[in-house]
Amino acid sequence: MAKNLKPEDIEVILATDCGSTTTKAILIEKRDGEYRLIVRGEAPTTVEAPFEDVTMGVLNAVQEIEELSGRKLLDEENRIISPRADKDGNRVGTDAYFSTSSAGGGLQMMVAGVVRTMTAESAERAALGAGSIVMDVIASNDKRLPHEQIERIRHLRPDMILLSGGIDGGTTTHVVELAELISAADPRPRLGSGYQLPVIYAGNKNARDEISDTLHEKVDLEIVDNIRPVLERENLMPAREKIHDLFMEHVMAQAPGYSKLMTWTDAPIMPTPGAVGSIIKTIADINKIEVLGVDIGGATTDVFSVFQDVFNRTVSANLGMSYSVSNVFKEAGLKNVMRWVPFHMDERDLRNRVKNKMIRPTTIPQSMEELVFEQAIAREALRLALEQHKSFATVLKGVQQQRTIADAFSQSASGKTLVNMMSLDMLIGSGGVLSHAPRRQQSALLMVDAFQPEGITRLAVDSIFMMPQLGVLAEVHKAAATEVFEKDCLIHLGTCIAPIGEQKGNKPLMHYKIELPDGKSEEGELVPGQMRLIKLGFDKETDLPLKAKAILKPDRNQDVGNGKGHQVETTISGGVVGIVLDGRGRPFTPPEEDSKRVEKLIEWIAELDIYPVDTLKKMV
Amino acid sequence: MAHAYTPGLKVTEKMTVTKRRILPLKGEVVVKVGDTVEPDTVVARTDLPGNVEPMNIANILGLPPEDVPDCMLKKEGEPIEKGETIAMTKSFFGLFKSEAKSKIDGSVENVSNVTGQVLLRGHPIPVEVKAYLNGVVKEVIEREGVVVETIGSFVQGIFGIGGETHGELKVVVDSSETVLTDSLIDDSCKDKVVVGGSLVTADAIRKAVSVKAKGIVVGGFDDKDLRDFLGQDIGVAITGNEEVGVTLVVTEGFGEIMMAGRTFELLKSKEGMMACINGATQIRAGVIRPEVVIPYTGEKQVMSAEDEAKSAGLSIGSPIRVIRHPYFGKLGKVVDLQPELHKLESESMARILAVEFDDGEKAVIPRANVELIEA
Repeated sequence: MAKNLKPEDIEVILATDCGSTTTKAILIEKRDGEYRLIVRGEAPTTVEAPFEDVTMGVLNAVQEIEELSGRKLLDEENRIISPRADKDGNRVGTDAYFSTSSAGGGLQMMVAGVVRTMTAESAERAALGAGSIVMDVIASNDKRLPHEQIERIRHLRPDMILLSGGIDGGTTTHVVELAELISAADPRPRLGSGYQLPVIYAGNKNARDEISDTLHEKVDLEIVDNIRPVLERENLMPAREKIHDLFMEHVMAQAPGYSKLMTWTDAPIMPTPGAVGSIIKTIADINKIEVLGVDIGGATTDVFSVFQDVFNRTVSANLGMSYSVSNVFKEAGLKNVMRWVPFHMDERDLRNRVKNKMIRPTTIPQSMEELVFEQAIAREALRLALEQHKSFATVLKGVQQQRTIADAFSQSASGKTLVNMMSLDMLIGSGGVLSHAPRRQQSALLMVDAFQPEGITRLAVDSIFMMPQLGVLAEVHKAAATEVFEKDCLIHLGTCIAPIGEQKGNKPLMHYKIELPDGKSEEGELVPGQMRLIKLGFDKETDLPLKAKAILKPDRNQDVGNGKGHQVETTISGGVVGIVLDGRGRPFTPPEEDSKRVEKLIEWIAELDIYPVDTLKKMV
Repeated sequence: MAHAYTPGLKVTEKMTVTKRRILPLKGEVVVKVGDTVEPDTVVARTDLPGNVEPMNIANILGLPPEDVPDCMLKKEGEPIEKGETIAMTKSFFGLFKSEAKSKIDGSVENVSNVTGQVLLRGHPIPVEVKAYLNGVVKEVIEREGVVVETIGSFVQGIFGIGGETHGELKVVVDSSETVLTDSLIDDSCKDKVVVGGSLVTADAIRKAVSVKAKGIVVGGFDDKDLRDFLGQDIGVAITGNEEVGVTLVVTEGFGEIMMAGRTFELLKSKEGMMACINGATQIRAGVIRPEVVIPYTGEKQVMSAEDEAKSAGLSIGSPIRVIRHPYFGKLGKVVDLQPELHKLESESMARILAVEFDDGEKAVIPRANVELIEA
């Protein structure tokens, strides 16, 4: 293993992601001074019987890379060749190998804190940031009776527990009480019966001795710095790092083949969502932009964001497109799903279709009717996931803030969401329903309808789910990860321009002039309820999105990024879809009245070429 | 995806069925290898620790936490009864006293002088594991449980509610297309596992509960009726703990769908025999499907080489069922398998197969939308 290689010496990188169903491998090489994705391979994950060894799936995926790239990566004993040994035109080996994993259900934790909106919430953020699913949050003030909390701890089988509470120097009583409840519940770990459940204590340092006395015989106790040493500040890194170490030692080591895989990699294996968060953070930092990323899977939807330099991640474990699709329907309600569908569907039949997808999750939409309906559900899943994220990604609660007069008038209070759809620069989508939509315009409109970005926002999808591998690479080689991310990982869809403000009748919202690179111009007025698509694609030589100059003059009631009535002159990027001008206003929902709703939906579908209109009209 | 089709649900005339019957906590195994067991035979037992009831004595008596141990009338480990005084303070020359009384029967588990909290532990809760099947104890796992084995017919369902139960099979419909309505259920269905056709109505399920039937096996069920029956929507397909008075095993899916001919004929041929059924379903890592096991009796409890089922892959002539709209529930056989990707009406590109349905109609279906009918 080439562990001592400096980043500048790394020219060939092999990386894998071991998912629940498939193991994906990518090969990155430095060619002509830039890091690019060369090939991608995949093979079924081999964690379950009869194989029960994750490295088999890894080797199968790497073999596919060998065949596609012509680079020999495995020796006669099926070991990854490293360091690289290119010679006489033969390409052999890799400089580095990394991996991520979500196989076996990933990391599942329980967190506990004294106050639900303060230390418990900080603990939740630490766990989510480390890539975990949080099964429950227990707080001293969470309205459950103590015996209910004990029963809950007993019933859950977390991989580990994070316990926090109290600022340093503050009272110790409540957090020790929580420790007593955990001790009484005697929780047992999910994986493996032969070891004690790891519990991380990251609370008031004055309580460490008492916590240790209470818990050390029942659990495997680890103590780290307080995640909330003072109310005004979170210190999540020590807890996150400990979570990750314990994840490797306890969870991964139990999963078949991982202890072998851990010896192959040049950096610790990261939980997949942790790695996705890592690349999103890196992109936001390097480009100094605000980013919102979403990964909508079969069972869960992850939302990642970087606003005001603060990274947040939420997992909506109840929202997804197959295993959790019935939950989406239940939470959103029939009416909210059907508002996106321009034809009638019988409720009884609909419910059965949703449930049949839940119990047979690997099926795909064959008919156009099924596709439209499925994408309508996806909009609701994404919308609900963002709501959950907004209420979680907030400024710290419980903090006395210096208030200015302006603050008082704007009624900003502690606990306000950091998510700002106007200042958002880029929206990135991932997950089957977004990445594999038959037309890219469908992905673009799905995200715009669900998230309702404001002002000027770039849209992109990660079509081959490379983000986890780039995330773990970013921990070691930021430049390579960023370059491959921007050039090869993202499918740039284009830019959405959406003015916001009160709409009056048919009064134009803004005048726009888009100066295209071929010298032509698109100019006009955007009226309320209108959507307009302006084609702007890719540079044939560089394969990068074309740029155009946009001069936007909003009406005095409208804001398109510089304040109400203020002109914006900027460079915007094209993509597979182009520039989407969205005059539907914010917040927006299709018209209530049925015939008007269908008319508008068909109008937008036709303008953006979302579905074949002739096929759709037959269903209306 | 690992496979371009969904491996089908098992429906087989004769196979070896093995079940691990394991305690939630270590305890005592009460049978031995070779013992013949019945569904209700207890094979292992243990005691779960009693429920914990915390009481903040410091708050109740108005004391600082460090004083709590001294005012306890009952120490750690001592038994207590509900209503018994377990801690007391006296003040003002003994004239005024404050008492804390136990909320439960049990014992004192822990007294904390840091938080002032006292943990009371209720009496242990006995737990038994039963055999579930008619069969033989094949293996004993010390202090944990046993492996029970039987030879019998096996029908795997797609979705179910309710847990383990057993009863004699009773087919109350003429064909696999008949809807199971409440008029078809009467007192003769008491303790039986009732077999229906294409759909069971909500009224039929309620009638089955009222006559104390043990279970229902049917082709389809409307989600709207399921919601009305359970009183809530099922969000994720994890079931088995519902206590609704009857176990339901659905073989085809949601909606009115004719039970597959093979399944119906098999169940019909076993009418009168004991069926052990379980509605528990879990659609995620470690998939669990509901099932019907009909153990053979006597000399038929032997597998021969011919009996061993062979699992086939997808090929020309394979019997399949369509599991998504359009053509949901239709049965047929594969007539062509093309390796190239094909554009569907939804414009998705997918690997497809050509199918000839049992009624003669032909269609092209994505491979992901069919399920192999396994022997």
